[in-house]
Amino acid sequence: MRRNILPGLRLSLGITLFYVGLIVVLPLAALVVKAASLGPAEYWLIVSSSRALASYRVTALSALVATVFNLFFGLALAWVLTRYRFPGRRIVDAMVDLPFALPTAVAGISLTALFSSNGWFGSLLSEAGIKVAYTPIGIMIAMCFTSLPFIVRTVQPVLEDLDPALEEAAQSLGGSDWTIFRKVILPLLTPALLAGLSLSFARSLGEFGAIIFIAGNQPMSTEITALLIFIRLEEYDYQAAAAIASVLLLTAFAMLAVTNWLQARALRYTLKG
Amino acid sequence: MAHTASRKPPRVGDSPIFRRSLIGVVLILGALLIVAPLLVIGHEAFKQGWKVYIDTLSHPDTRHAIMLTVITALIAVPVNTAFGVAAAWAITKFDFRGKRLLLVVIEIPFSVSPIVAGVAYLFVYGLQGLFGPWLDDHDIKILFALPGIILASMFVTAPFVARELIPLMQAQGRDLEEAATSLGASGWRTFFSVTIPNVKWALLYGVVLCNARVMGEFGAVSVVSGNIRGQTNTLPLHIELLYHDYQAAGAFASASILALLAVFTIIAKVALERRGAGRRKTLSDAAAPTGP
Repeated sequence: MRRNILPGLRLSLGITLFYVGLIVVLPLAALVVKAASLGPAEYWLIVSSSRALASYRVTALSALVATVFNLFFGLALAWVLTRYRFPGRRIVDAMVDLPFALPTAVAGISLTALFSSNGWFGSLLSEAGIKVAYTPIGIMIAMCFTSLPFIVRTVQPVLEDLDPALEEAAQSLGGSDWTIFRKVILPLLTPALLAGLSLSFARSLGEFGAIIFIAGNQPMSTEITALLIFIRLEEYDYQAAAAIASVLLLTAFAMLAVTNWLQARALRYTLKG
Repeated sequence: MAHTASRKPPRVGDSPIFRRSLIGVVLILGALLIVAPLLVIGHEAFKQGWKVYIDTLSHPDTRHAIMLTVITALIAVPVNTAFGVAAAWAITKFDFRGKRLLLVVIEIPFSVSPIVAGVAYLFVYGLQGLFGPWLDDHDIKILFALPGIILASMFVTAPFVARELIPLMQAQGRDLEEAATSLGASGWRTFFSVTIPNVKWALLYGVVLCNARVMGEFGAVSVVSGNIRGQTNTLPLHIELLYHDYQAAGAFASASILALLAVFTIIAKVALERRGAGRRKTLSDAAAPTGP
């Protein structure tokens, strides 16, 4: 290798390691140490209590529903934005980022206002007998909102770079649009879709601000895991808070590993293509 | 536009019926899920008239919350930016062991729930944490005070600037900096006259997004702030407090400021993207070995 003549390695790497160590690693390590200090039996008792289990169930199920919805809506949105030209396209493209830019607490109260029984959507839905606010459906809608941009933004660049020659070849062989989409386009999008899905799911599992306003927060039915941690803190039950938080943290690490693996695969795939 | 659509054969999904219905469905869903939440904020904020709106915003507690949010951003964003620049310089200009791991660690805050982040800080600086008892003995307040709010904000935004700079600086390589250095420019001179001009839009892009997140952070800050009205309430926490106090109009009035910030953030983002910033690549891409 060439000798590197650039200065500043020690300074820049020193700052980086210090900052990452102090801001990211130290707190997470402290949390893990605290949770580990509980002892296996006590730890297990806390993380497998019926209230905790109910919170995992409602969090994971709502995240799953929200992610599947965003899979279809996000793909459709990315498709429309890259393949079609229509007035207002740029504005729609910019608005896709709103869920990332809007603070979660603001999203939480505004979704609650929309879907509560006297809100714009809530009043129409309650006539049809559907209750959204303060039910699991409200949790799902909040999750849909906050994680929508992930799938759009991971799929969009791949759709833009799609080689038209592939479609033309398939068309000249007589494939219908639906067949070509299924057999040619979808396989090329799959790595990006999977990466977007895992990002979207991970975000939904950890979301707090947007959900707590609309969720109703009833233990055993509409209490998400992040809120249960918060409640344990308010009860000064720090051990339970640490234990349940460590479950969310481990899940986040597992999702991070999956995402990195998927993105590495997606990258290899695009480089080959 | 150099070529017209009519000369090209129709692509998949270009039949007029399919095209129109898909655009229609997407626009309707988008209006319901994205635009309506934005509009309802304005509607609720002004429901009881301008007077209530102005009264809420000029109330001392609201003004204090705004101040606290601005102070937090004024400290957290520059520190975070300095870190992001240092990390990008170290990672893209040098080769060292563990670079991949470092990139993963920088991205961790994206995957961690804000509540988990807040709890983690409690176990460092809280009374039941690592340094808590020592800090208490020396009468240093970090939790339930401004330092805790700033630290938690730094955690959630740690990757923002770094991940905009790293892919770009990776793509630009080291040749220009090496040329400047071999012509005798000092390290700082090289950095400020060669590197920074090449990455200024990406840097600004990262700063804008980082600022929006710091000012809007709710979960992590709500754990470490202690929610003391008029003392440690940032604007998002103040919104929650008003909302649970049955002062919906006040909550939405405060929320309208943050919604405005979000709209400005998006406008700045689009403007910077036109200058080439923010072409999304993942951080992990940058870990790939440098080219020749």
